[in-house]
Amino acid sequence: MSQEIHHHNQAPVPAASDTQDTNEFIKGLWLQNPVFAQALGMCPVLAVTNSAQNGLAMGLATMFVLIMSNILVSSLRAFIPRQVRIACYILIIATFVTAVDYIIQAINLELHKALGAFISLIVVNCLILSRAEAFASKNTVSKSFLDAAGMGTGFTIALLCLGSIREILGNGSLFGWQLFADNFENWIVMILPGGGFFVLGLWVLVFNWLQQRQENKEPPSHD
Amino acid sequence: MNDAQYVQLEPQAGRPWHMYRAMVGIGLICAFVIVSVFQFTLPIIKQNKLELLQKALYEIFPDAREFQRYQYQTEGNFVRINEDLDENIIFALYDQDKKLLGTVIRAKGMGYQDLIEMLYGYQPQLQVISGYHVLASRETPGLGTKIETDKAFQKNFAQLDVSVNASGDKLINPIEVVKPGSKTHPWQIDTITGATISSRAVGNMVTDSAAQWIPKITTRLEDFEP
Repeated sequence: MSQEIHHHNQAPVPAASDTQDTNEFIKGLWLQNPVFAQALGMCPVLAVTNSAQNGLAMGLATMFVLIMSNILVSSLRAFIPRQVRIACYILIIATFVTAVDYIIQAINLELHKALGAFISLIVVNCLILSRAEAFASKNTVSKSFLDAAGMGTGFTIALLCLGSIREILGNGSLFGWQLFADNFENWIVMILPGGGFFVLGLWVLVFNWLQQRQENKEPPSHD
Repeated sequence: MNDAQYVQLEPQAGRPWHMYRAMVGIGLICAFVIVSVFQFTLPIIKQNKLELLQKALYEIFPDAREFQRYQYQTEGNFVRINEDLDENIIFALYDQDKKLLGTVIRAKGMGYQDLIEMLYGYQPQLQVISGYHVLASRETPGLGTKIETDKAFQKNFAQLDVSVNASGDKLINPIEVVKPGSKTHPWQIDTITGATISSRAVGNMVTDSAAQWIPKITTRLEDFEP
């Protein structure tokens, strides 16, 4: 968040604008990854990542809602008074969640059943409301789009990472394709809620280790 | 955009008119988006639901080529309908010569975690339940989900006896749900070790539903003639 405010306070520099735009996208993938760095939206992260397909679908659905609500909030930011902003953001988010619910039903009913109530619960995913409040309400449409696309992609990658590992270990398959011979004993705990916590913990460990390694490699700042 | 521009763009806070304008305006935009998406996706969703239902029905009666929906009336007869109304609906399945193969009945009941919704087939000529398909369940993966995959459990429903008594008002032998491996009669259902609650839930659902529907269907078979 402090990084974003820092951006606003700087005078616009046309030459650096492209780099800033790229940063808006990249930050969601790595430095401010919603799951591994910010620990946001833990409910769907743990509940629906029992298969790679479910993880990918939930990630894409959340990304769609995030992008559309960021675009609309940013477009209408001049017309939304402070007192009613949260109500307006929730209304906008709920609209796109309803839309995504119908769209998933139209694409694949079985997938819709597998995701169950968690599609409707995207409304209360704090990632989406936090991006509307902290970023889209203060930035241009293009920047808000890039921010949402970056955060959404980071969220989707995280869900896919969890879903893949849990499906491989818990079901011996990936996207429904059997990877092992029949004598492979499925590690059922991995597709149960407990397995979600184990795998999330391992991914956070790997993520932090990689980040630490990268920081150690970077030359010291001379500021 | 910097902060200075943002402050200029924001309307004066505190004026009720601005708040009404924002809320009503956004409400209208949202209503338009929802209605548009709903109108666009509705025919596709209906088609998907029909395909899923057909797949389930033809899995229970593989020789079937068409099906019709019938609704139970308070007068005690069944009437053909076109719309899937969810309640009191019986599906009648026919082969290519339009001969009645059997009926498929919906059953719902509480499983280990959530409602289980299923379809099961009934062959009136033999007075047996033959086959089932789980439409919706959120049972524990690898344990409760055995109700869909366990071959021994599925075998219970291959020829489950539901003979109706002479007066046609109840089953001669009500279905019984028994412990794993203790089935001795053709009207009993063996539960699954490791998925006792889920398999017992399925057994109880079929028991209650069969007691309600099978005597009615058997005594009104002429209603299902094509």
